[in-house]
Amino acid sequence: MRIVIKNGIVIDGFGGEEKADIFINYGIIKGIDKNIDVSDAIVIDAEGKYVLPGFVDMHTHLRQPGFEEKETIKTGTESAAAGGFTTVACMPNTNPPIDSEVVVEYVKAVAQREGVVKVLPIGAMTKGMKGEEITEMAKLKKAGVVALSDDGFPIMSAGIMKRVMTYGKMYDLLMITHCEDKTLSGEGVMNSGIIATMLGLKGIPREAEEVMLARNIILAKATGAKLHIAHVSTKGSVELIRRAKEEGVSITAEVTPHHLTLTDEAVYNYDTNTKVFPPLRTREDVEALIEGLKDGTIDAIATDHAPHTKDDKKVPYDMAPFGISGLETAFSVINTFLVQTGIITMKALVNYMSMNPARILGISNGIRVGATADIVIVNPHEEYTVDKEKFKSKGKNTPYHGMKLKGVVEYTIVEGQIRYQKNKKFEKVEI
Amino acid sequence: MLKKDLLGIKDLTREEILEILDLAFEMKKLLNGEKYSQALRGKTVVTIFFEPSTRTRLSFEMAAKYLGAHYGNIEVATSSVVKGESLIDTIRTVERMKADVIVTRHNMSGTPHLLAKYTNASIINGGDGINEHPTQALLDMMTIKEKKGDFKGLKVAIIGDIMHSRVARSNIWGLKKLGAEVKVAGPSTLMPPQIEKMGVKVCYNAEEAIKDADVVMGLRIQLERQKSGLFPSIEEYREYFGINEERMRLAKPDAILMHPGPINRNVEVTSGAANASYSVIEEQVTNGVAVRMALLKILCERRN
Repeated sequence: MRIVIKNGIVIDGFGGEEKADIFINYGIIKGIDKNIDVSDAIVIDAEGKYVLPGFVDMHTHLRQPGFEEKETIKTGTESAAAGGFTTVACMPNTNPPIDSEVVVEYVKAVAQREGVVKVLPIGAMTKGMKGEEITEMAKLKKAGVVALSDDGFPIMSAGIMKRVMTYGKMYDLLMITHCEDKTLSGEGVMNSGIIATMLGLKGIPREAEEVMLARNIILAKATGAKLHIAHVSTKGSVELIRRAKEEGVSITAEVTPHHLTLTDEAVYNYDTNTKVFPPLRTREDVEALIEGLKDGTIDAIATDHAPHTKDDKKVPYDMAPFGISGLETAFSVINTFLVQTGIITMKALVNYMSMNPARILGISNGIRVGATADIVIVNPHEEYTVDKEKFKSKGKNTPYHGMKLKGVVEYTIVEGQIRYQKNKKFEKVEI
Repeated sequence: MLKKDLLGIKDLTREEILEILDLAFEMKKLLNGEKYSQALRGKTVVTIFFEPSTRTRLSFEMAAKYLGAHYGNIEVATSSVVKGESLIDTIRTVERMKADVIVTRHNMSGTPHLLAKYTNASIINGGDGINEHPTQALLDMMTIKEKKGDFKGLKVAIIGDIMHSRVARSNIWGLKKLGAEVKVAGPSTLMPPQIEKMGVKVCYNAEEAIKDADVVMGLRIQLERQKSGLFPSIEEYREYFGINEERMRLAKPDAILMHPGPINRNVEVTSGAANASYSVIEEQVTNGVAVRMALLKILCERRN
């Protein structure tokens, strides 16, 4: 497939922003220039639109194997493509969990066959994600995991976590930690505070995150392991990470679109689509997260895409599983609340959603001649109303349903193949 | 007034509360007189309690029967209803049997709010988790009105396990709307975070809360809370938060003592205080039937 993208505003991810045409020749970016014309190429008119390096989601739950009623690698990657993502890193809390090379191979094989964007598996830190015995990290790395994580099942024992980091350091593995002290989060289902008190719901205090984060920072410092903090949600966490970075600890961090834009007030009518871990916090936390993003304390925006079935969520708040289906709203949420409001630039969005997550995961990204053509074309001004029924994802669990957002993904191009086109039914065909 | 359901005092206006109370006083006359009316003839009231209850369920049953309604009951052990979907199925099944009003109790907050979305029957919240117990608060407010006349500036002390008390939450919502001053007292480990933002004053001993109070309300201490380590011992609780005759003397001379029942005698309230002339605990029970009659009447009339 040869493609020419014409007249778009190209943000290349390396600091450049200019109106240009891009020529993609069989998967590789061949030219970036004014007025490129190629006779037998597909021409995409990107006038008034942004042409960006493909988004990279470093925190996705694809649910396969084991929970195919919630999502599959096929539907999850179609959802990713619809959201402008060209690469997703998938969390290991499947059944069986991604704790052995066999499961890594399985995920890679299914992704190769049915996936429409690139899938990078994340391996478990401990066998069965039980927090007891460390996994065969060398073999996992060889099989292709880009990181290790205990996501959803935080390792409560500091001793085990230190062992995970010490061993994983030998293979230079990135440690993605979901910071939660279970003895502090307890039976909590939402942010601890006045809203929880008024609703009679049990709270998850900020300390549940911060205590574990502080522990993990200390252990990363002691072992020299590369630490990445998943879904930061509190002001205190931002401060801890900022200080750790100042001290030179090898640490990076991500924040989700929902933690950047919603607060615990969204829980007010017991809508289980607002139930997420960590919980939606307060205005003060949202402001601190944005500040952390702007000053570089937080490196990346990641969706923590956590699809669940409608029945899973049609239960009392206490019983509902945690999680938000986030791939298809991520760009428009960030564009609407942060870019269009002037809080961050589109260039910064590219850093948070494309370049920094790629750098943390150790993959290449960005628009330049000779690079793989992973590109997303967006219209930042088009407004639409979120309709969860239109999601490609099986997970319709979004708190943004019915909300008017700005910013629409027009095309997603993965390795030079058009994997998503607005309003077009998609078939996976290699051309 | 009132929407399809009664889910919580939080959703009611001051006027709605007073209207319910006015009708409840009329119902009380009926209760003390001929004890029968045909007001709800042809209507069906069903109670579904997913959590054990004796008094509240019976109180609703009596209220329905005194007004001439059909009455049915499902008792479900919480353990046998595990999936929420079957909760919704249960409510729809009962609706299909032509129930007009369904009273539910569940150990999870927000459950009646969920069920109300999936049925056309009117839902009355008979207690949800640690959120609300609106009919209890209405009967409490009725009792206070009966004894004190007005709520403006009235000092009310609520003492006990505030964190896990739906009675406390419903009363705070209601009493604040009616203009009372509310103090809550209990061990800090049983105090919900930021409760002061609901407009109440937090005290960490019984005396401070009871001092000059017009109304003292004790709450049941669940003994399992002690077992799970939320406070060190019943003895220490009793010493610092127990309501006794000596402490009641700190209240206004004409103060009343209330308790939603069942009482752990000599734990949260001494027998001496519970049996004293200022105790209105038994009157609360009668008012409970009256308030529930009023609610059933209002909700059923709305359905016509």
